Amino acid sequence: MNRPVTEIVSLRNVGKTFESGTVALQGLDLDVRGGEFVSLLGPSGCGKSTALRMIAGLSTPSAGTIEWPAGAGKIGFVFQEPTLMPWADVAANVQLPLMLGGADEARAHDAVHQAIARVGLADFAQSYPRELSGGMKMRTSIARALVTEPQLLLMDEPFAALDEIARFKLNNDLLTLWQELRRTVIFVTHSVFESVYLSQRIVVMTPRPGRVFAEIAIPAPYPRDERFRTSADYAGYCRQVAETLGQAMGGAP
Amino acid sequence: MSERALRIGLPILMLALVLLAWDLVVRAFAIQPFVLPSPGLVLSTLIADGGLLWQSLLVTLLTTIEGFLLAAVGGVGLAVLFSQSRLIEYSLYPYAVILQVTPIVAIAPLLLIYLPQPLAVLACAWIVAFFPVLANTTLGLSSVDHNLIALFELYKASRWQLLWNLKLPSALPQMLAGLRIAGGLSLIGAVVAEIAAGSAGAGSGLAYRIAESGYRLNIPRMFAALLLLSVTGVAIFFALSAASHLVLRRWHESALKRER
Repeated sequence: MNRPVTEIVSLRNVGKTFESGTVALQGLDLDVRGGEFVSLLGPSGCGKSTALRMIAGLSTPSAGTIEWPAGAGKIGFVFQEPTLMPWADVAANVQLPLMLGGADEARAHDAVHQAIARVGLADFAQSYPRELSGGMKMRTSIARALVTEPQLLLMDEPFAALDEIARFKLNNDLLTLWQELRRTVIFVTHSVFESVYLSQRIVVMTPRPGRVFAEIAIPAPYPRDERFRTSADYAGYCRQVAETLGQAMGGAP
Repeated sequence: MSERALRIGLPILMLALVLLAWDLVVRAFAIQPFVLPSPGLVLSTLIADGGLLWQSLLVTLLTTIEGFLLAAVGGVGLAVLFSQSRLIEYSLYPYAVILQVTPIVAIAPLLLIYLPQPLAVLACAWIVAFFPVLANTTLGLSSVDHNLIALFELYKASRWQLLWNLKLPSALPQMLAGLRIAGGLSLIGAVVAEIAAGSAGAGSGLAYRIAESGYRLNIPRMFAALLLLSVTGVAIFFALSAASHLVLRRWHESALKRER
C-alpha cells in the first residue's frame, strides 16, 4: 500500500457513561489511518458498537475528544441488521442518502445503479426487501452506505446474523470492494476468524469498561481468498488473536 | 373442497338454514308480522319501501363518510402533532381518551342542544371514529425502527424528511388498521346520533327510520332498515380492508400470502 499514511480519525481518552451509570468506554485511544481496514474485536458489552456510533456522530462521548485531522468527511454506516425501509424497493433504499441530501435525481440514478451493481444486485433493483435473502439485504445495506462515496465506512457486526456460506461470500466481496474503492473501513466484530480474515490491524478491546487492550497487525498480503482462509498463517494469526482476546477478558479461556 | 370455497360456501349455507328455520317458526306458530315478520315479508318490504329507505340510507351513508374522513384527518393529524411535540401530547391525550371512554349515547343529546342536528350527528360519528385512528397512528409513529432513525440522523435528515419519508410510511400499517376500525365506528356514531336526534322529515337517516318504524309497530320495515344498515357496515369494512391490502400488498407482512 503506497498511499500517504495519515490519520483520518483519532479518538483521545474517549469515555462513555450511560444515564443508567453503566460505563461503556473508558480512556479509549484509537487512531485510524486513511485507507486502512481496522477491526474492533471484543466480547459483547465491550463498547465497540458504542465507539463506532460515536465516530459516526450518533452518540456523543461523555469524556475525551474525537478528532478529524483532515476534516470530517462523509461516513457510511452499516448496521447489524440490514435496516432497510420495507416499503421501498432496493433502488429507493440505496438512493435514500442521496435523496436526504437533496441530490439531483438524474445524477442520483446513476450513482444508485452503480452502487447496486457493485454489490451484485443489478437484477434486483426493483425488488422489495422481503423478497430478498438475508445476504442480499445486507448487500443492499452496503450499497446504500457506499452510494455517497464516503471516505470512511463503519460496519457494526454486519454479517453476524448470516449463515456461514453467505458470510464467507460477503467477506470476500467486501475485501474486493475495499481494494477497488480504497476506502477506510472500521469493522466491529466478535469473531476472531472474521477479523483476522479481513483486517490489516485488529484492535482487541476489554469488556466493562471498554478500552483498547492490544493492537495486532495482520501483515498477510491482499488479495486474500479461500486459500488464505485455510492456510497455516491464517490459523497462526487466529491463535494469536484468540489468546490476546482471552487475556483481554481476564484470563477466561 | 378448497379452503376458499369453504370460507364462502359455509356462511351462505348457514344463512340459508337460519332463514329456513326462521320462516318455519313464523309459519308453524302463526306469528303475527308485528311480532316477527317472515324473511319473505322483510324482503318484499325492502322492495316496496325501497325508495324511502334508499333516501335514508344515503343520508346516513353521507354522514358516515364525512365522519370517517374527518376522523381520518383529525386522528392522523393529531397523532403527527403528538409525535412532534411531547408537550402537546401530554396536554391533549388524556382528553382524547375521555372523549373515547364516555359513551356516545350519553354525549349525543348534549351535542344536539348546542349544534344544528346534521352537525351534531356528524360530530358524534367523528368522536367515536377518530380515537382508533389516533391511537393506532400514535403507536405506529412511535415504533419506528430506531436504527432507521439513526440512519436518517447520520444523513442529516430534516424534521420534515424524517416525518414524511420515515415515520409516516412506517406507521402506515397501524394507521390503516385504525382506519378500518374507524369506518365501522363512524357508522355506529351516526346511527346513535340519529336515534338520539329522533327528528322526522325528508332529511332523516336510516336509524331514524328504524326508530320511527318501531313506534308505528311497522316491524317488517324495521327489519328491512336494519338489514340495509348491516349490509352497509359490511360493505364499509370490505372496502377499507381492500384499500388497506392494496396499499400494503407490496411490502407488509400482513398482506403476504404464505405457502405451506
